[in-house]
Amino acid sequence: MNRSGLFAQIDLRRVYRRRKIVNTVMLSLTGLATLLAVIPLVWITVYVLIKGGASINLDFFIHLPRPMGTPGGGVLQAIEGSFVMVVLASLFSIPPALLAAFYLAHSPNTPLANALRFSTDLLSGVPSIVIGLFGYAIIVVYQKHYSALAGGVVLAIIMLPVVLRSAEEMLKLVPKELREGALALGSPEWRAAISVLLPAAAEGIVTGIMLAIARATGETAPLLFTALGNDNYEIGNIIRQGIHYHQSLGQIIGNIVSQPTDALPLTLWKYAQQPYPERVQQAWAVALVLMLFVLLLNIVARLWLASAKRHRR
Amino acid sequence: MRKASTPPQTDGGWRAALTRRLEHGDLIWRFALSLAAIATVALIIWIAWSIWVDSAPSRQAFGLKFISPWAKQSWNPVLDKFNAWPAIYGSLVTAFLALLIAVPFSLAIAIFLSELAPPRLRGVLNYMVEMLAAVPSVVYGLWGIYVFLPLVVVPLGNLLAATLGKVPALAIFFRGPIPASGLSRLGAALILVIMITPTITAVSRDVLLAIPRSQREASLALGATQWETVWKVLIPYGLSGILGAVILGLGRAIGETMAVTMVIGNTTGGGYSILRPGYTMASIIANEFAEAVSDMHASALIEIGVVLFAITLLLNAFARWLVWRVNRRTVGR
Repeated sequence: MNRSGLFAQIDLRRVYRRRKIVNTVMLSLTGLATLLAVIPLVWITVYVLIKGGASINLDFFIHLPRPMGTPGGGVLQAIEGSFVMVVLASLFSIPPALLAAFYLAHSPNTPLANALRFSTDLLSGVPSIVIGLFGYAIIVVYQKHYSALAGGVVLAIIMLPVVLRSAEEMLKLVPKELREGALALGSPEWRAAISVLLPAAAEGIVTGIMLAIARATGETAPLLFTALGNDNYEIGNIIRQGIHYHQSLGQIIGNIVSQPTDALPLTLWKYAQQPYPERVQQAWAVALVLMLFVLLLNIVARLWLASAKRHRR
Repeated sequence: MRKASTPPQTDGGWRAALTRRLEHGDLIWRFALSLAAIATVALIIWIAWSIWVDSAPSRQAFGLKFISPWAKQSWNPVLDKFNAWPAIYGSLVTAFLALLIAVPFSLAIAIFLSELAPPRLRGVLNYMVEMLAAVPSVVYGLWGIYVFLPLVVVPLGNLLAATLGKVPALAIFFRGPIPASGLSRLGAALILVIMITPTITAVSRDVLLAIPRSQREASLALGATQWETVWKVLIPYGLSGILGAVILGLGRAIGETMAVTMVIGNTTGGGYSILRPGYTMASIIANEFAEAVSDMHASALIEIGVVLFAITLLLNAFARWLVWRVNRRTVGR
């Protein structure tokens, strides 16, 4: 009796020690995994900084590409193209996204609201390449050529769920009393939404838009067969030509958005696979520009959002 | 005085009548809101319908043989014969291999972030995880081609070919040699690991954080170690949410295009070995669509888009449902 009790005690002590060891080992492993996950981020960032930093200069930002195999030249066409398409995408996506978010804030429990939330979730999960196919089918096929317009539309579809989701979240954080107060003062619903709710949620909505823009700027796949790429895309030239031929402002804008257009990630993709070392170097420089832009937007947006949320409480 | 006692609704001309009729603009406002909501819902239906219609020639020509692993025809744009199995196989094998590695990692990180990390460190690490998700996928691709493939994938591939490649039962999956450039399914899978880890980590971290404190306290009070609390209480509690996170990651892995296109080598050959180059569904579209040689070729690529769309749609719907179920239960208590 006594003996078996003693044995049981020794056994328990051993079990206890084993449990403690397992505990320490497993918890340290989770820390180790976290450490390992940080490595690729640091590795990529440092590598892009070094390689990209070495081949970046002023020419890079203000010149069009030179013929393949000759050094020098820049990626002005890609910078301008990215800018044009992101502006178009913002114009196409932000107003409907905000309106839909207001719909969710206004009537959160209707069947349409549930359907809307579900489709937003699904939309953000659709592979961007499929959205590219869609853009090709609805615009490129009818226009019969690739264009910044088509690129802008597919990027807008990618931005839409991001903006919608964050706007919905931020509108939810606005106290109900604000809206009710505006309504009690006799303002119509739309006035309350635009002059009270929107300013109250503005910080959060703007950060959502910034994140969406960051995503759209880095997106390549849907542009492959909507914008296609164009080494000679230069807005300055298009405008000068337009003035020379006495075109109206509408025609000039039409010319800007209706021709094949380059974008930074498209250029990166093309240059990365070329056998010319100058081009590969420029690809690294493009990667640097893209990464700085995207990461900065992300960092600013998240810091801003955190402070906005803190103020709200 | 008479005027002041009149209710404002009854005076005024046609302008006031119109304003009243429009409820001071609210009718238009509500109409605009509903229109935006309906348009967003309609958009996803339109996308589905559009690619479904455009894939008709290919669907009619090849039927189910298009996605069959046993079909005799191969992917042959010159003869207009198309079988998507190599691309589907590539997507499945790279995505599952990526999950196999990414899931334990992401779970460990999520546990560290939600249970162990001191608040300040947690803030920094959360940022880093989010940054990792924000890096554009072409940048991953560029880094993959010039740094990751030669330095990591090629040595690892050679090692696998020399060890597992010699085991008779596994040889079909690990037959070498890996190309000197490193362009291979293995390279794509490993890049995917880096790309989907943030997704799985972020969602499962949120699932763990949503579990009530009382669960942890009860378990610790019973004498469980912290690891036992995590492993036997928290993870079972959040299991369906974590499963949702994993499936979201799978959806991302299957849909990811650019980085994979840049490192997988882009060929319909390659057999079944993960050490050989191949295609995924997304990468074959990215690589061939702009230069499709015939309408049938384009249509076949769009049909691959349909398959891709259907798979990611189902995965996402399922994952959202799982996560939603966990969150609802947690709020209920």
